[in-house]
Amino acid sequence: MNRLTHLEHALAEQRRAVSRRWFFKDCGVALGSIALHSLLADRLAAAPKPPAAVNPLAPKKGHFSGKAKRVIYLFMAGAPSHLELFDHKPQLAKFDGTLPPAELLKGYRAAFINPSSKLLGPRFNFAKHGRCGMELSELVPHLAGVADDITLIRSMQTDAFNHAPGQIMMNTGSQQFGRPSFGAWTSYGLGCETQDLPAYVVFSTGSKGTSGGASNWGCGFLPTVHNGTLFRTGGDPVLYLSNPRGVDDAMQKDTLETINRLNAQRLGTMGDPEIAARISAYEMAYRMQHVAPEVMDLSQEPESVRALYGAEPGKPTYANACLLARRLIEKGVRFVQIFHESWDQHGNLKADLKRNCEVTDRASAALVKDLKQRGLLDDTIVIWGGEFGRTPMVQGGDDGRDHHPNGFSYWVAGGGFKPGLTWGETDELGFNAVRDKVHVHDFHATLLHQLGFDHEKLIYRFNGRDYRLTDVFGEVVKGLLV
Amino acid sequence: MASADGLGHFFGQMNPRFSIIAWVVAWLAASAPQAAIEVAKLPPAVIGSVDFAKEVGPLLAEKCQSCHGARKQESGLRLDSAEAAAKGGEHGPALVPGKSAESLLIAVVAGAHTELETMPKKGDRLSADQIGRLRAWIDQGANWPATAAVASGTPRGKDHWAWKAPVRPAVPAMTKGVAPVDAFVRAKLRTTGLKPSVPADRVTLLRRLHFDLTGLPPTPAETDRFLADKSPEAYALKVEELLASPHFGERWGRHWLDAARYADSDGFEKDKPRFVWAYRDWVVNALNRDLPYDQFITEQLAGDLLPRATDDQRVATGFLRNAMLNEEGGVDPEQFRTDGLIDRMDALGKSVLGITIQCAQCHTHKYDPITQEEYYRLIAFLNNDHESSRIHYPPAQQLLVGDLTRQMRDLEEGLRHTTPDWEQRMAAWEDSVKDNQPEWQTVPAVNTGDNGERFYHYADGSIRAASYAPTFWTAHFRGTNALRSIAAFRLEQFPDPNLPSGGPGRSIKGMAALSEFKVEAVDATNPTNKVKVKFVKATADFANAEKALEPEFQSESRNRKDGDKRTYGPVEHAIDGKDDTAWGIDAGPGRRNVARKAVFVAEKPVEFPQGAILNFEFHQKHGGDNSDDNQNHNLGRWRVSVTSVTNAVADSVPDSVRQIFRTPRGQRSPHQVAAVFSHWRTTVPEFRETNEKIEALWKKWPEGTATLVLAAKRGEGPGEELRPTQVFKRGDWLKPGKEVTFGTPAFLHPLPDGADGSRLTLARWLVDRKSPTTARVAVNRVWQQLFGTGLLETPEDFGTQSPAPSHPELLDWLACEFMEPTFNVGGAKSAVRNWSLKQLLRLLVNSATYQQSSRVTPQFLEKDQFNRLLARGPRFRVEGEVVRDVALAASGLLNPALGGRSVYPPAPEFLFQPPASYGPKVWTEEKGADRYRRSLYVFKFRSVPYPVLASFDAPNGDFSCVRRPRSNTPLQALTALNETLFMESAQGLARRALTEGGRTDDERLAYAFRRVLSRPPTKAERVELKGLLERQRQRIGEGWVNPFELATGRNEAPKELPPNTTPAQLAAYTVVSRALLNLDEAITKE
Repeated sequence: MNRLTHLEHALAEQRRAVSRRWFFKDCGVALGSIALHSLLADRLAAAPKPPAAVNPLAPKKGHFSGKAKRVIYLFMAGAPSHLELFDHKPQLAKFDGTLPPAELLKGYRAAFINPSSKLLGPRFNFAKHGRCGMELSELVPHLAGVADDITLIRSMQTDAFNHAPGQIMMNTGSQQFGRPSFGAWTSYGLGCETQDLPAYVVFSTGSKGTSGGASNWGCGFLPTVHNGTLFRTGGDPVLYLSNPRGVDDAMQKDTLETINRLNAQRLGTMGDPEIAARISAYEMAYRMQHVAPEVMDLSQEPESVRALYGAEPGKPTYANACLLARRLIEKGVRFVQIFHESWDQHGNLKADLKRNCEVTDRASAALVKDLKQRGLLDDTIVIWGGEFGRTPMVQGGDDGRDHHPNGFSYWVAGGGFKPGLTWGETDELGFNAVRDKVHVHDFHATLLHQLGFDHEKLIYRFNGRDYRLTDVFGEVVKGLLV
Repeated sequence: MASADGLGHFFGQMNPRFSIIAWVVAWLAASAPQAAIEVAKLPPAVIGSVDFAKEVGPLLAEKCQSCHGARKQESGLRLDSAEAAAKGGEHGPALVPGKSAESLLIAVVAGAHTELETMPKKGDRLSADQIGRLRAWIDQGANWPATAAVASGTPRGKDHWAWKAPVRPAVPAMTKGVAPVDAFVRAKLRTTGLKPSVPADRVTLLRRLHFDLTGLPPTPAETDRFLADKSPEAYALKVEELLASPHFGERWGRHWLDAARYADSDGFEKDKPRFVWAYRDWVVNALNRDLPYDQFITEQLAGDLLPRATDDQRVATGFLRNAMLNEEGGVDPEQFRTDGLIDRMDALGKSVLGITIQCAQCHTHKYDPITQEEYYRLIAFLNNDHESSRIHYPPAQQLLVGDLTRQMRDLEEGLRHTTPDWEQRMAAWEDSVKDNQPEWQTVPAVNTGDNGERFYHYADGSIRAASYAPTFWTAHFRGTNALRSIAAFRLEQFPDPNLPSGGPGRSIKGMAALSEFKVEAVDATNPTNKVKVKFVKATADFANAEKALEPEFQSESRNRKDGDKRTYGPVEHAIDGKDDTAWGIDAGPGRRNVARKAVFVAEKPVEFPQGAILNFEFHQKHGGDNSDDNQNHNLGRWRVSVTSVTNAVADSVPDSVRQIFRTPRGQRSPHQVAAVFSHWRTTVPEFRETNEKIEALWKKWPEGTATLVLAAKRGEGPGEELRPTQVFKRGDWLKPGKEVTFGTPAFLHPLPDGADGSRLTLARWLVDRKSPTTARVAVNRVWQQLFGTGLLETPEDFGTQSPAPSHPELLDWLACEFMEPTFNVGGAKSAVRNWSLKQLLRLLVNSATYQQSSRVTPQFLEKDQFNRLLARGPRFRVEGEVVRDVALAASGLLNPALGGRSVYPPAPEFLFQPPASYGPKVWTEEKGADRYRRSLYVFKFRSVPYPVLASFDAPNGDFSCVRRPRSNTPLQALTALNETLFMESAQGLARRALTEGGRTDDERLAYAFRRVLSRPPTKAERVELKGLLERQRQRIGEGWVNPFELATGRNEAPKELPPNTTPAQLAAYTVVSRALLNLDEAITKE
C-alpha cells in the first residue's frame, strides 16, 4: 500500500469489503424497518452505483482467518497492583520494610515517591486454583473459579509511568495523543456484524473517568466511524437516541420517511452518491433508536444470569456493563471496552483493593463463564488489565504503592489464548519482568494476530507514512496461543 | 491486505502456452548449485509497456525494500537501484534484464524456486498481475530511471519538485477571456475527454459563496436582492461584500484554528480549562483585516520579538501555546515541556512547511532529506522561551486602561507641579531608606514531601512550583543555614513569566494564599536537638483586606458544616496557628502580579552554633475541592531567607524601586524616575488626597483576561539562562545526545548571513519568498477548503512520499500569484497586496471552475469519482460547525456577536461528571443570548469534545489538523434530529414561518424552505412537505402528542404565539421545520 494515495486507499478499502453488493443492500436501506416508498426505491436503483458509499463498517475479512471475531476489553484504569492480585512474591514479604537493592533502581524514575523507599510485602494471601494450579490472590475468588479458562500474563511491560500517557500507550500503542485505539483498528480491520449498533462501544464505570479521556477510544486519523461510541448503562444509552419531547414514534417515522423521500428526490437531481449514504444513515439511525434500548434492557435477562454477574437493572455498575457487553457482542458489535477507573492506590491500598475487587471480580469471572456456556468464548477475546503496575516500594506511610511500568500482570480469556496458562515472570520482588516479557506492542501484535491480522500489515497512511497499532515494534507472542 | 487475485486464481486461467513443463536450470551462486526455477509456475508477463515510477518502483518499495533496502540487506541483497539489483546478493543477481523467466527475483516472488523461500516472507505474496508487471518490466530491459531513487524509500529525494521554490509557469494558451485558473484546469480536462459543467444556477452559487466565505446561509432577503441584481458585476460584488463581512474571519479562522490545534483546555487527565481565547479573537481579526499571510505567520511565531511589539502581537504567539499539557500528579514538567516543543514542530510542519518533520524526532527521516540533527536544530529556535501567561485587555478595556493611566499620570504630574522641591525631597527619602535593610541570608531549600507538585530551583535560591497543583495541602521543604543565631525569617514571592498571569502565585490570577508558615530548626550537628520555632510577629509589604474566598476556592466537602468560613488577608494569619486563615496578596486588577514579601520574627532566636537544618512547612489550604480544575491557591515562585537581626520588618520599598536605586540618580531614565516617584508619593503624608484619588482610579482598573503566550528568555538572570538543545536519542528526552545549535534543513533555502537563533529568524525564514513549500502549502489548503480536496491531496505532506498534485503548474502559479499578485480580478478596488488571503479567494471564487454546477453524472463518477479534474463544481457536506450554524441561522436564533470568551451551549450533563469525565467539569449552560453563538465559540474541552461537533468530524485539538475527515453516519442523523439546539432551531424556524412566511400553508412552507435551502421548493417537494404537515397536524389535533412539548420543549403553553396561531399549528410547523433542517441539501455545499 506504500504508494497508494488517500483516494486510492479509499477505493482499496471498498475492494476489501467482503461483499460486493452495492451500497444500498450493504447499508441495509432496502432491509430497514421503514418500508420505502416505491418511488424512492426506483430512484435509488436508478442512481449511479456509487463506490464511495460502500459502508465502511460492512464486515470485512482479516489477512487470514483469525481465531477471534470480537473483543471485550475490561480496562482497569488507574493501574491495579499486580503484587496484590496476580503476582505472588513471597520474597517481597520477606524483605518488607527494607530498602530495595540499589542496582535495581539505577535509572529508575518514579512518579511520586523517592525510588529509594522501603519495600512493602504483599498485603493479601495467594493460593493455587484450578487444574492448572494458577496462583491467584484471595481478592479474586470468582476469577479463581475460572482459572482454567484464562491466561495469566505476569510479564507485561510498558514505556509510560504517568496515567494519561500510560493509558494512551496501552490503548493506542503510543504515548502521543492522536493515534487510533485498538478498538478503532479492529473496527477498521473487521467492520461490524450489525449495522444497527456502532462497531465499537465504550462504557465508563469507575469512580471517575479515565486520565486519557476520549482519546483512549478515539479513532485518531482513521475515519470517524471507527471512533468508540460512549454508551451509558442508564438513561439514553447513546447520545441523542431518544426523540425530543413531543415527538412520538409515529411522528419520527413519518418525519424520517419524508426526509428520505425528499433526499431521494435530490439524489435524482444531483446524482451524488453521498445523498444515498445520507438516506441510509437516517435509516440506520431509526433502527438504532429501537435496537439500542432493547439490547440495553437487562430486565430481559433471566434472573439467574443477572445473579451470575451481580447485575441490577438500571444501575450504572461495572457488573451491568459486563452483562451489556455480552448482549452487545451477541448482536454483532465488534468491540466493547469497559473503562473502570479506580485502581490508583497511592494510599489506602488494602481497603481500596478489597472494595474494587468486590465490585469487579464477580462480573469479570461471570463474563468468562457466560461466554463459555454460550459457546462464544472460542471466538471472543476477553482482556483484563490497566496501564501499568505498582511499585514493590511503599508510598504514603505503609499502605500504598506508586506507578510502575517495568513489570505487571494482565489476564486474557478466549479467542485462542491458551487457557490455564501462566506466562512470564517478574523478579523475586515483582519489580522487573525477567522472563518471556510481553511489551505493550507485543501484546497488541498478538491480539491482532488472533483477530486475523498481520500487525505489520494492518496499516493506514497518514502524514506521509504508514501507521500501525504496533508502531515499528511488536512480536506475536506465540507461546500464549493455543 | 487480502487480495482478490491470488496465485491460485491465476492458475485457473493460465495461458496454455506455459502449460508445457519446462525446467530451466539456472546456475546460481555457489551456495545453491542445483537450484532451479520452475518456469511453469511463473505467471505470464503483462502485455504493454510498464511504468517503472508507478508500477514497479512502489511495488519494490512496498514488498522488498524493508528487507533489501538501504537499512537492511537480507542475504546481502539490495533492491533499491539498478546496480544493486544486477549485482545481487548471496544467491546471485536478482534479475537478468530482458529475461524475466531466468530472473531470480521473479522466481522467488512466484514461489517457483526449488530451493529458495517464497518472498516476501512477511505479508501478502505478490499477485499474478504484479508479478506479470515485474516480468514485463524486466523483459523490456529492466530500465531503472535514476530519478526513481526517490520512490525507493532511501533518504535521498533532494531533487523532489516540492523542494524547489515555485517558479511562475506560463498560463496555458486559451481563448480570450479565460481566467488563468480555468486555463490550467481546462488544459488538463482536455486530455481526459470530460467537458466542464455548465455554471451553477444563481441561488446555488450564492449559497456556495456564503458557505465558503462566511459559513452562514444567505437569508431569503439577501437571496432576493442578489437575484434582482441582473448586472454582470453582481456576482463579483457579492464576493466583495462577503469578503468584507466580519463573519469571514470566523469562517477562515476556524480552518486555521484546526491547524493551530486550538482548544480551551489542557488535555490529558486534568484537562483544566485554559485561557487562550484572546488568541482565537486575534486569528479572526487578523483574517478580517487580511493581515498578509507572511505577517500572519510571523506574528504567531514571534510577535513578541517584533520591534515595539504590541499587545496583540504578543497574543498571537498563543499559536505556539496550544500544545496539550499534562499536569497529572507526579509528572515531570520538563517531560511535558519537551512534548510541547515536539508538538509545536509538528504544528509548524503540517501547517506552514507541509513537511512531516516529526518523523525526524526519533531518526533521520526515511523518505525526506531531513536528518535527525536538522530536526533538533529547528527545535533550537523554540527551546528558549517561557511558557507564559499574560493579562490581556480586550479593545474596550484597553481604552479604559489607557484612560486611567493618563489620569494617574496627570495626578502625579500635578503633585510634581505643586511640590517644586520634590526632587530633593525624594532624594532625601531615598537616602534614608537605601540602606535600612538588615542583611539576609538565602536558604536554598529542597522539597521533602511527595505530593506530586514539582519544583524548579534557581541560582538565586528561589523555587518555582510547576506541574500538578494540589489544592489543600502542606508543602515540606528542607534547607540548611550556618548562622549561629536566626531571629527572623523572610518569605519573598516573585512574579515569573511561567506562572499564571505572571504570578507570583499559581491561581489563575497569579495569586497565593499562605495558610500557615511553620519552621522546625534542627541542630546541624545533633539531629535529636530540635525546636519548633514560635513566631510572635509578622509584617508584609502588602496584604489584602480580610476577605472570604472567591467561589472557585470555596469548598463544599471539607467539613464545613455551616459554609466555608476560610478567609485570607493580614499577614498575621500565616502564624496564627489556624489553617482557616491565610496571608493574602491580592492587590486587585492591574497591581496583582508583583513581588511580595513577609517577615516572621521568632519569639527567641534559634541558636545552634554549628548552624541549623530548617524544616519548612508551607500550609496551602485555601484551594477549592477540585484539583482537576484551576482551584489552587498555591505559592508560585518564592524564596526563604534568614537574619540574625531581631527587629526585622518587611521592606516596604518594592524590589523594582530598589533596583532603580542602583543606578546613580543622574543617569536614570524618566521612566525610572517616575517609577520611584510613584512609590515615594505614597509615603508622603501631605499627598494623601491625591494618593486617595489615584487609589480610587485603581479600583476602576479592568480585570482583563489571562492569555497564553510565549515569551523569550532574556539570557541572563535566575530562570533566564538559555537552555542548550540536544539531539534526543531515538526521540527520548531522557537520552540527550549531541548538542546542536539553531539551523534549518540543508535541502531547503538557507538562512540569511548573520541570522540569530531567535524565533523571529525562524519565522522570517519560513515566510521567505524563497521558501519552496510555504506558499504552496497555503494555497493548497485554501484550494482544499473550496474544492474539497487539495491540488495536492495531502496538505500536511509535500514530501517525496506524497502523491503527485493533480495540477502541478496551477499549484505553482497560485503560489507565485499569492506571494506576488499580478492579476487584478473581480472587485478588488485597492492595490493588491502580497500574501493576501482575500485576494487569493477572490481569484478562486471568481473562476469559472468554481462556479460550475456540481451535478454528478454517471460519466463523472466513472471517470473522476473524487472530482480531481474539476469538470464539475464542488459538492460536499459542510463542516460540523457550519452544520450547526445553518440550523441556528435558518431558525433566526443565531446570535452573530463576534469574539470573546468561549460559551457553553446545552450539552448532556453526565459527560462532564465522573465516570464519563476524569474530574468534574464546569459546564454552566448558557441561558441568555450566548446560548446561540456560532459554533466557533463553543468551549472546547479536549477530553470531552462537544458531542454535536465531534459527531460531525470536528477535531478536538489534540494535535494540528489540516485536513478533516468527512463522514456520514447514523450518529449524525440522531444528532441533527434530536439534539436540544437542533430542536430549538426547528421550533424557532416554525415561529419564523408562521410570523413572516405569509398566510397560507404553501407560502409558509415555501418561506421555511427558503430559509433553510435558499431556493424555492419544487412541486414534488411541496407535496411532500405539505403531506407531512397535514398528517402530523391531524395527529396533534387528535391528541396523539403534546403540542406544548413539541413547540417549546416544555409542558407549558408557548409564550407570545405568532398572530392567529394555535399551539397545535406551531407544533405542526415544528415537525416540518425539523424535517427541513435534516435534509442533505441543508448541510451541503452544492
